[in-house]
Amino acid sequence: MLKSYNAEKTVSVLQRFILSKKNHITLISAILIVFGFISGLVFHNETAAVWSLAIASLLGIAPIAIQAYQALRVRVVSIDVLVTVAVTGAFLLRNFEESAIVTFLFLFGAFLEQRTLNKTRSAIKELTEMAPESALKLMENGEFEEVLVDDVDVGDILLVKTGAKVPVDGTVLSGEGHVNEASITGESVPVGKKKDSGVYAGTILENGTLQIVADRVGEDTTFGKIIELVEEAQDSKSEAERFIDRFAKYYTPAVLGLAIVTWLVSRDVELAITLLVLGCPGALVIGVPVSNVAGIGNGARHGVLLKGSEVIGDFSRVDTIVFDKTGTLTIGNPEVADKEFYTDNVREVLAYLASVEKESDHPLARAIVEYIGDTTVCRVERTDVVKGAGIVAYIDGHRVAVGNVALMERENIHLTDKARADIARFEKNGNSLVLTSVDGELRALMGIRDQIRPGVKEDLQKLKRLGVKNLVVLSGDNQGTVDLVAAELGLTEAHGHMLPGDKSKYIEELKSKGHIVAFVGDGVNDSPSLALAQIGIAMGSGTDVAIETSDVVLMNSDFSRLPHALGLTKATAANMHQNIVIAVGVVLVLLASVFLSEWMNMSIAMLVHEASILVVILNGMRLLRYRL
Amino acid sequence: MKVKGATIQLETLACPSCVQKIEKATQSLAGVDKDSVKVMFNSSKVKFDFDAEKVSIEDVEEAITALGYVVIKSQVKDK
Repeated sequence: MLKSYNAEKTVSVLQRFILSKKNHITLISAILIVFGFISGLVFHNETAAVWSLAIASLLGIAPIAIQAYQALRVRVVSIDVLVTVAVTGAFLLRNFEESAIVTFLFLFGAFLEQRTLNKTRSAIKELTEMAPESALKLMENGEFEEVLVDDVDVGDILLVKTGAKVPVDGTVLSGEGHVNEASITGESVPVGKKKDSGVYAGTILENGTLQIVADRVGEDTTFGKIIELVEEAQDSKSEAERFIDRFAKYYTPAVLGLAIVTWLVSRDVELAITLLVLGCPGALVIGVPVSNVAGIGNGARHGVLLKGSEVIGDFSRVDTIVFDKTGTLTIGNPEVADKEFYTDNVREVLAYLASVEKESDHPLARAIVEYIGDTTVCRVERTDVVKGAGIVAYIDGHRVAVGNVALMERENIHLTDKARADIARFEKNGNSLVLTSVDGELRALMGIRDQIRPGVKEDLQKLKRLGVKNLVVLSGDNQGTVDLVAAELGLTEAHGHMLPGDKSKYIEELKSKGHIVAFVGDGVNDSPSLALAQIGIAMGSGTDVAIETSDVVLMNSDFSRLPHALGLTKATAANMHQNIVIAVGVVLVLLASVFLSEWMNMSIAMLVHEASILVVILNGMRLLRYRL
Repeated sequence: MKVKGATIQLETLACPSCVQKIEKATQSLAGVDKDSVKVMFNSSKVKFDFDAEKVSIEDVEEAITALGYVVIKSQVKDK
């Protein structure tokens, strides 16, 4: 019993030794093959030629046969099995030339595949390598000690020094410094941190020293989630891929069966083993995953997180993109854009206005307070909020009304012709209006609007050029404002007065009309729409909600990455199709030529087969360099 | 039953049929939840749930190593 166990162990050690020396074996067999051909063709020394080619075959087949045996043990008819049977056949036929070349090509091909595949995965690897590995943890003896990041628990107190990576998501306890959060937000301008600021794992402290308490560790951190998402995405499979996988499972045994049948019928061993080699399914199995990983890797490098190949397929065929207005097309931070005063004492009006608006947390009020800035704040004696209209307050015995036109009418305030003209002009510019009256007379008119994000217009043009037919904006704002944004940006449709429920209903409608719809939102209040659209695109600053509910995340809320994302998915989808065509085409051509031509043999079949695998990998690698 | 989730990081996977081999080898161990086995080709990882009373992470690592793949590190989490 013990003896057989030891024997088994020796065999397994030997197997591993041979597998680990695969590259050396490849090199030696190449030298032997060259030597064999030179002695045969140049020096006409047949014995030396036969011997060196035979040794090259035996050396070369060893690692392949071991892999074949291991596969058969777990009941998988792998590509190694096909090659082993074919080479053994050629060897028994004393066709050493073919057996040597086929094993060499197979080994050398595998070597090149490994190298090139690493390239296609490099972009994602760069991302995962940004993960923090160690942390300085406060131990029971009151000193900080370096520990692995896996040994940090929630609640631990950690020290982060200048130049170090923040190991976990946490809160600053003490110290100050600037942190580069590019790995989370894509924004490389350092962010200042002080007591109670939140810090994120994977970000880098550029100066200062921080003591932080761990809030979330490991895979629960924002960075951990991003990595997990990208890793899952690169290996996620579309329906087509799952089909190829199922197909490949039966394909290899089928090739083996076909070869056996051919041999039984034609009694032509040469033909049967040639069939084995050219039936190898390499490029078909590897083609789509290679495009997928390169495409997703390119995205990860450019601030676009794509959640898998299903998303790539859907997004590449999108014909309608629906945008949320506030925070997506616009910055989401309303500002005072136009103003008119109907008094000489502007200072006094501004002081009154600021005092009243300070009482309110309405977005328009906040915009006004921010615009006015520092001023003498007066004591507000009494305020009445008039719902949907504004505020009426008493300051120093004056009755001050701040609100919209409806409030002015309620207050019976006379609007001069000039004021009416100003109001019309402001509205036409897409402003929301805030009027101020003091003791029954109009004193100030302010127009407030949300700024359109810089560059959005050009980005939308790019989307159109990429073949998106409908660009729709949905907003809770009034129709006038929305129309104006639509006209300025060249959108095809604009709908105002939309509540979140109306937005998702509208998307449902578009889908039922057969459109492929992408919804772009900030991921906070429009998650139903994000989930409902075929492709939910979140403008996320690395927020958990955005990462979880959407299919595509634009890091750092950068709208300009949207055209890149669309172009990239189109290029990736096209790349996948090319690879499938190459893989299937090669097998068909080989199959046809084995029956129809004279020149096909095992070595050529193996050469073409390995070349096709490299071609699909190289084709996939083109995606890494994709730029719109 | 003491169900745990495991992630095993392997050396870069390159060959198309290795996914199938590793999947089958892992699934063939008693105590491993067959449906949970996921071999990720591009990230070269194996994820699965297993019953810690029936099989250990070392058994799974051994089965994969026996196929000729190098295990870099593994992580086990309680479910």
